[in-house]
Amino acid sequence: MKLPEIKQVVSTAVPVLGDDIDTDRIIPARFMKCITFAGLGQYAFYDERVAADGSLKGHSFDDPKYTGATILLSGSNFGCGSSREHAPQALYRYGIRAILAESFAEIFFGNCTTLGVPCVQMQGADIAQIAQMVQSDPKTPVTVDVENSQVKAGDKSFPATIRPGAQKALVTGKWDAIAELLEAKAGIAALEAGRPKIAL
Amino acid sequence: MTKKSLFDKVWEAHSVRTLPNGQTQLFIDTHLLHEVTSPQAFGMLRDLNLPVLYPQRTFATVDHVIPTDSAQRQEPYADELAVAMLNELRKNCKENNIRFFDVTSGGQGVIHIVGPEEGITQPGCTITCGDSHTATHGAFGALAFGIGTSQVRDVLASQTLSFAKPRLRRVQVDGKLAPGVYAKDVILHLIRKMGVNGAQGFAHEYAGEVFDNMDMEGRMTVCNMAIEGGARFGYINPDQTTVEYLKGRPYAPKGAAWDEAVKNWLSYASDEGCHYDEIIKFRAEDIAPTVTWGINPAQAVAVDEKIPALCEIPADERAGAEEAFEYMQLSPGQPVAGTKIDVAFIGSCTNGRLSDLREAAKYAKGKQVAAGVKALIVPGSQIVDKLAREEGLDKIFTDAGFQWREAGCSMCLAMNPDKLVGRQLCASSSNRNFKGRMGSPTGRTILMSPVMVVAAAITGEITDARKLFGIA
Repeated sequence: MKLPEIKQVVSTAVPVLGDDIDTDRIIPARFMKCITFAGLGQYAFYDERVAADGSLKGHSFDDPKYTGATILLSGSNFGCGSSREHAPQALYRYGIRAILAESFAEIFFGNCTTLGVPCVQMQGADIAQIAQMVQSDPKTPVTVDVENSQVKAGDKSFPATIRPGAQKALVTGKWDAIAELLEAKAGIAALEAGRPKIAL
Repeated sequence: MTKKSLFDKVWEAHSVRTLPNGQTQLFIDTHLLHEVTSPQAFGMLRDLNLPVLYPQRTFATVDHVIPTDSAQRQEPYADELAVAMLNELRKNCKENNIRFFDVTSGGQGVIHIVGPEEGITQPGCTITCGDSHTATHGAFGALAFGIGTSQVRDVLASQTLSFAKPRLRRVQVDGKLAPGVYAKDVILHLIRKMGVNGAQGFAHEYAGEVFDNMDMEGRMTVCNMAIEGGARFGYINPDQTTVEYLKGRPYAPKGAAWDEAVKNWLSYASDEGCHYDEIIKFRAEDIAPTVTWGINPAQAVAVDEKIPALCEIPADERAGAEEAFEYMQLSPGQPVAGTKIDVAFIGSCTNGRLSDLREAAKYAKGKQVAAGVKALIVPGSQIVDKLAREEGLDKIFTDAGFQWREAGCSMCLAMNPDKLVGRQLCASSSNRNFKGRMGSPTGRTILMSPVMVVAAAITGEITDARKLFGIA
C-alpha cells in the first residue's frame, strides 16, 4: 500500500480562531449517525455556521473569500473531547489538508495523522500574525513545510513544530500504519499466546 | 531490581516492536466496540480484504443510539439511521464471530459499564475502544485509551496499534473526603485545577489515600474523565478492592486460574519509589461538591463559590470564559447556586452505575422533583437496571417524580431521542458540558455528582446538596 509522501502543503488559509475548539463543535453528534464517513464534509462546524432558522452565522467556512483554502488556523487544544474520527474526517472531506494551531488534543492529533493531515504546532503570536495576513488578503499563499518544520505566509517565515513520529510518518508516506502493523504477524502471535484469555 | 510504574510494566509486556516511525507497536488484549465508531472500520477491513485477527479479544454492545424509553425501544426504532447503525454492528459481529451484548441479551449497556461488570476489564491489560472515555477501565490498573476509527481498524486487523508512549504523572490526593463529596467532585476539582488541557501528553496515575479508600465504581468515575483534562490514560493501581470487585464476575478467571490471575494482577501495581515524570499533590479537604459554569469541564467552581469574575480568570483564558458566559447565559461574579434548571439527568459512563443510583436514591426518597423540571434516571446497563429494580430504587425515583429509563448513553451526547430542547439547562451527572453536547445546538449543561443532580431536580436550581439534605 503506497501512500503519498506529505512533505508540504501549499494553499491558502482559513482562520477558525479560539481555544479549546472541541470535537462536538467540529462535528455535532447528530451527524455521526452514519455507517460511512462519506458526506461528512458538509457538516463540519455545522452548529457554528448555521442558526436554528437555517440562516448562516457568518463562519469563516462560509465566507467566499476563503473558498478553496485547505489550511486551517486555530488556537490551543484544538480537537479536544471525543475520539470521534468523524471530526478529522469531516474537516478532511470539507477539504482541509493541514491544521496550524497552538496545540492539539491527543486523540484528534493521532486521528489526523492517520488521514495524512499534518497537525502543526506554532506560537500563538505567529498564528495571530498569519491570521491577520489572510484576513486582510485571503489570497496570501501559505506553505506548510512538513519536512523542515516551517510555515511560510506571503514573504514571512515562521518556526513550527511537528511531533517527530508524525513528521517522519508523513514525509516518508507511512502515516497510515496498517501495512507495517501487519508485517509483524509472528511477533503478534507470540505475544498473544502469552497473554491471558478473556473468556467465559 | 529496577523499580517500575504500572504504566511501564504494562507497556513493556505489550510491546511487539519499535516501528520505523519511532512509535511502539503495542499489543491490545481487549478491544471494545460500539455502533458509532466501528462500522466504518469494518468497511475499511472489507476494502482491504482483511479478517478480524482475534475476534475472541473483541466485545461489542450498542449504547449511543439506543432509545431509553421503553415504548421507543421497540424495534425498528423510529430513527432509520439508528436502526442502520445497530444492524450494521449486529451483522459485523455475527460475520466475524464477535461477542455482542445485544438488547435481548440482558447484558447490553454503555460499553464502559458492560466491560467492568462482566469482568472483561482486568488489571494489567491494554484495552482500546473507539471512544474517548475508555480510560474508565484504567480504574482496574489497565492501560485503557480511546482511539479513532482508523485505529479501530488497525486493532481489528492486527490486535496492535502504533502508539507513542506518553509521560507519566502521579496525581496524588491525600486526606479524607468530607461528607457529600464524591468521586465526581474529585475529578471535576482536579480538572478545574490542572486545566482542560493540563494533562496533554501525560498518562495519569491517580494515587493516594483518597483513591485507596475509594470503591471501584468511584475509581471508574475518576478515570472516566481523565480525557476531560487532556489525559488519554488515567489509572489506579490494582489492590484488594479491585480483586474483590472482579471475583465471581462472568469473565473473571475461576478456580486455580483465579489465584494465579490475582497474583499476576497485583504484580502490575507501581513499585514504591518508581520514576514519575511529574508528581502533583492535592488535599482531599480542599475538595467540595463541584459544578461547571462554562462550556468545558475545567470551567468549574465549588457549589458554594461564585462564578469567577473576568479579572480572576487568567488572561489567556478570558476569551474562552466570555464565550462561555454568553453561551451559558450566566454572569461572572454571581453565585452558581440558584441557577435555574430545566432538566436533570443521572446516568452515563461517568455516573450510571449501581452505587450512583443507590446514593442518589437515598436523597430522592420521599422528595418531589420541582414543578417544570424533567428528571431522568438512566441506568448504565441492563444489569444495573435489574439490580437497581431488585432493590426498589426505580420505585423511589418514580415516586419522587423522576422517569426511570432503560440502559443507554441517553442525554450525555443525545444521539438518541433524549435531547435538550432550545436553551434548556440540564443538571447532569455526565462528563461533557460542550456547546450543543446534549442535542440542542443552544442547550446548556452543568456537570455535577448524582447527589447534586438530585438536589437540583428537587429545588429546580443548582443547590448545595450538603445544605439541602443536611449532609455533614
